[in-house]
Amino acid sequence: MPDQHMNTPANPTGIGAAVRRREDMRFLLGKGNYVADIKLPNMSYGAILRSPHAHARVKSVDISATLKMPGVVAVYTGADLAADKVGGMPCAWPVVGKGDVPAKEPMRPALAQGKVRHVGDPVAFIVAETLEQARDGAEAVVVDYDELPAAVGVLDAIKPGAPAVFDDIPDNVCVDWELGDKAATDAAFKKAAHIARLSLVNNRLVGNPMEPRAAIGDFDVSRGQHTLYTTSQLPHIAKLLMGNFVLGIPQHKLRCVSPDVGGGFGVKQVHYLEEVLVTWAARKLGRPVKWVAERSEGFISDAHARDHVTEAEMAMDENGKFLGLKVSTVANMGAYLSTFGPNIPTNLYGPLLSGVYRLPAIYCEVKCVFTNTLPVDAYRGAGRPEATFCLERIVDVAAGEMKLSKDEIRRRNMLRMEDYPYQTPVLMNYDSGDPLGCMDKALAAADWKGFPARKAEAAKRGKLRGIGLCTYVEACGLAPSRIAIRLGVRGGLFESATVRVHPTGHVTVLIGTHSHGQGHETTWSQIVSTKFGIPAENVEVVFGDTDKVQFGLGTYGSRSAAVGGSALAKAADKVILKGKKIAAHMLEASEGDIEFKNGVFSVAGTDRSKTFGDIALMAHFPVNYPLEILEPGLEEQSFYDPVNFTFPCGAHIAEVEIDPETGFVKLLNYVAVDDVGTVINPIIVEGQIHGGVVQGVGQALFEDCVYDEHSGQLLSGSFMDYCMPRADSIPDMTVETHVTACTHNELGVKGCGEVGTIGSPATVINAVVDALQHLGVNHVDMPASPNRVWRIIANAGGAVK
Amino acid sequence: MRSFEYLRPASLPDAAKALAGSDAKLMAGGMTLIPAMKMRLTLPETVVDLGAIGELRGIRAAKDEITIGAMTRHADVASSADVKKAIPALASLAGGIGDPQVRNRGTIGGSIANNDPAADYPAAVLALGATITTNKRKIVGDKFFTGMFETALDAGEIIQQVSFPVPAMAAYEKFRSPASRYALVGVFVAKTAAGVRVAVTGAAPCVFRATALESLLSEKFSAEALKGFRFPAEGLNSDMHGDAQYRAGLIGVLTRRAVASLTGAGMN
Repeated sequence: MPDQHMNTPANPTGIGAAVRRREDMRFLLGKGNYVADIKLPNMSYGAILRSPHAHARVKSVDISATLKMPGVVAVYTGADLAADKVGGMPCAWPVVGKGDVPAKEPMRPALAQGKVRHVGDPVAFIVAETLEQARDGAEAVVVDYDELPAAVGVLDAIKPGAPAVFDDIPDNVCVDWELGDKAATDAAFKKAAHIARLSLVNNRLVGNPMEPRAAIGDFDVSRGQHTLYTTSQLPHIAKLLMGNFVLGIPQHKLRCVSPDVGGGFGVKQVHYLEEVLVTWAARKLGRPVKWVAERSEGFISDAHARDHVTEAEMAMDENGKFLGLKVSTVANMGAYLSTFGPNIPTNLYGPLLSGVYRLPAIYCEVKCVFTNTLPVDAYRGAGRPEATFCLERIVDVAAGEMKLSKDEIRRRNMLRMEDYPYQTPVLMNYDSGDPLGCMDKALAAADWKGFPARKAEAAKRGKLRGIGLCTYVEACGLAPSRIAIRLGVRGGLFESATVRVHPTGHVTVLIGTHSHGQGHETTWSQIVSTKFGIPAENVEVVFGDTDKVQFGLGTYGSRSAAVGGSALAKAADKVILKGKKIAAHMLEASEGDIEFKNGVFSVAGTDRSKTFGDIALMAHFPVNYPLEILEPGLEEQSFYDPVNFTFPCGAHIAEVEIDPETGFVKLLNYVAVDDVGTVINPIIVEGQIHGGVVQGVGQALFEDCVYDEHSGQLLSGSFMDYCMPRADSIPDMTVETHVTACTHNELGVKGCGEVGTIGSPATVINAVVDALQHLGVNHVDMPASPNRVWRIIANAGGAVK
Repeated sequence: MRSFEYLRPASLPDAAKALAGSDAKLMAGGMTLIPAMKMRLTLPETVVDLGAIGELRGIRAAKDEITIGAMTRHADVASSADVKKAIPALASLAGGIGDPQVRNRGTIGGSIANNDPAADYPAAVLALGATITTNKRKIVGDKFFTGMFETALDAGEIIQQVSFPVPAMAAYEKFRSPASRYALVGVFVAKTAAGVRVAVTGAAPCVFRATALESLLSEKFSAEALKGFRFPAEGLNSDMHGDAQYRAGLIGVLTRRAVASLTGAGMN
């Protein structure tokens, strides 16, 4: 339990303190060190020739003209990779479907071999002395394509006779997955007084981290040593996947460095083929090879996100009590399985469908489908926003049909604090939470009761005002390895931390998480500050280099504090334990009598004490030290495997106004009340929630990755057409926390990185639908763009005169 | 981008001479040219930057006319006291182009020479009946915009200035495309000596005058006059941000709002 930290207000840099982010100084001064900033001696530059077609046979690739061009060092094609027996891009988390049929994992070569399967599929890698020469070289490669019809839309791809993305997977189905008790759910539906039904689309997104992806391969011929500099959220995983499964580089001969990274959002948790190309080419050429994506290249090479089509049904009794939920989803995998592709719409989706409700029976089936589009993978929230959108939309539909207010239907079905721990019918065992407390707090903060007056006032101005409420639960802190392995992951999901105490009492933390915007350098220092009673400034945090950090699974799934932070706390506890032994020796007391508090080891009940610094010094200059029974030095390590997921939950409320003449939706007010567990740094938590909410608002109102449904050309391939949320799209937010501590990690933390993105799409769309309810509208697909909303109003007979 | 020769002539004749070279392109603010070069959509061998030619910059106010040098930046037009006084709609149009970076680089000459179908200035040129002066001739606004990214300019012809007759009143209403923030539809309504003129940008492949709206508003210059009028969707653009019917609807709404803003009448 976190009570031991309740003394922290006394510690101005400890857990709970609003410490300013130390990393901001270097970012704001332009002193960050990103992959694109790295220049190595004798470095060459790579450009990738990518398919302009969604689906085609590659009849020939003629590189002869390119090879003669000035500055061109080498040109590689799929044939070169095949000749070197380079493996396909691996999937780290495939799943097993109905009848124990495993997901199909077709080969994805780093350069096309025989066929291209999406616009942007790499065909040739051109390396030259300069970037411009590499690009000129790419333009001179002549590829003879035999264009094929493309399977583009996820529903079109499973129609009989649809073009097959892979010749040996004629129905394009990767896996047909299910979760829950179908018979029990059917029985619940038979008892239902009312069944609410909803069809919805979870729109496809492009993550667009501010820093485009980049990779540099380097090879030290004398040592046979590879180094990959990459924009990765999980350099150790990149090292494991690429070394072991793709290039056959022994782990001790491969170093992956992921320095400052400008936003990840899941887009950068994928092991990308560009990492393979630069590493492989650097060895062949004996010199560094650098590749940096342009923004437009990112649109056709970063993993995309979401892209579900869903039918949902909620069975209720006559009082609106939920009896059962059925969800049937078709999820787009894209043309190949990305690193975590099939896991997102299955394991990270189905188990969240119980939300914060007592929902006795749930059955979910998900068909994962190949199409001629970019591979789909994790994006902030990853599966959980999709589950929340589905559940919270149908709850609103159910409320309308049961003539219940939207808060009342939730109140009637919501878990109470005393229900925890709560076992859902879909795997998850929630340890803690107070969703009703969150909702009541949100209703008060948003002046829910005052809404009718605001709506009436807006109506006088010709505007349609709506209010939307959404609750959510998130499973994060990925993940208990035993459960995750049962769910298909090919590896463990623990985290590791080393706490290195220097002779002066200063501390270096080496940790397997990766900070790419989250502010871990600040947060981890605060944990150490509380543990050791030293100022956070005395702590340095090292991450993102597999030669420095022992091991680590990286940062994704809001896991860093819950898993990495817990590993750090445990390693720190080991330091304190050893410190007590040293102190006992120095103070000539028994170890059991030594207390450690606020940076001081003391003998209980006496004024005899040693500071943390005294102990650190003695551990390194052991003049008065029990060397016969205790090793010198003060460095400890922990590998922490969580016993359960953590379950942040909360309630969000949005208020919007629609201009019925233009369909423009203006977001006016946003309230988020989140239970993220123990708050280590309130500034960072608030910032994470702000950013998360904005990304979810982006999906709800603005962002849409659109392919031409026939040609498979990406229509939203730049910021001219792909609409990112902007500062003027977002109102000031009210962000509050409502903390119940996680019961199974020492810090009591749950996670805050994704909650905003999980709650906000449904919140905003619920508000948009609420504004249109008088027209008989019960759903609006995302994004609620002006044209779409105008069309809905027009079709409902409320069009502009 | 590929390497190219960069010239920055100090006078108009020098610029014309430089432009006559092989595969040269004029650069005004570079707000379209540079991105296009970066994306290798255009690869000129020579870029002729007009930025050093002082005579192309500046705003002159006469009693019934505002003349704006081709290299005058949007931000300068937006903040010009003369423009704000004589044609406030033109100042507010300029102040609504792109973002601060664009407004501090982009120029009126560059904008109209490029004739992007969603650019703002072409609507003002057309609705106000402006005259474009080049190093060779004068071109009236009605003859200037000939098609998507097409103008009446000949090869080697350089815009010097644009003269806007001061209207009795004018207003510009724009509905921005959510992503690009260009005009999904922009409507410039002007009550001029030559009658009511309504120009529409963003809605079609090229800026155009909405003559049906002009007739209605000539009969009665009020939002009321537009009641029940539906702009035909035929020929209008359809894309992921707005289908033709939507754009047609916006033309009606924005015209009505522009007129209402001038007549002070209610929005309905």
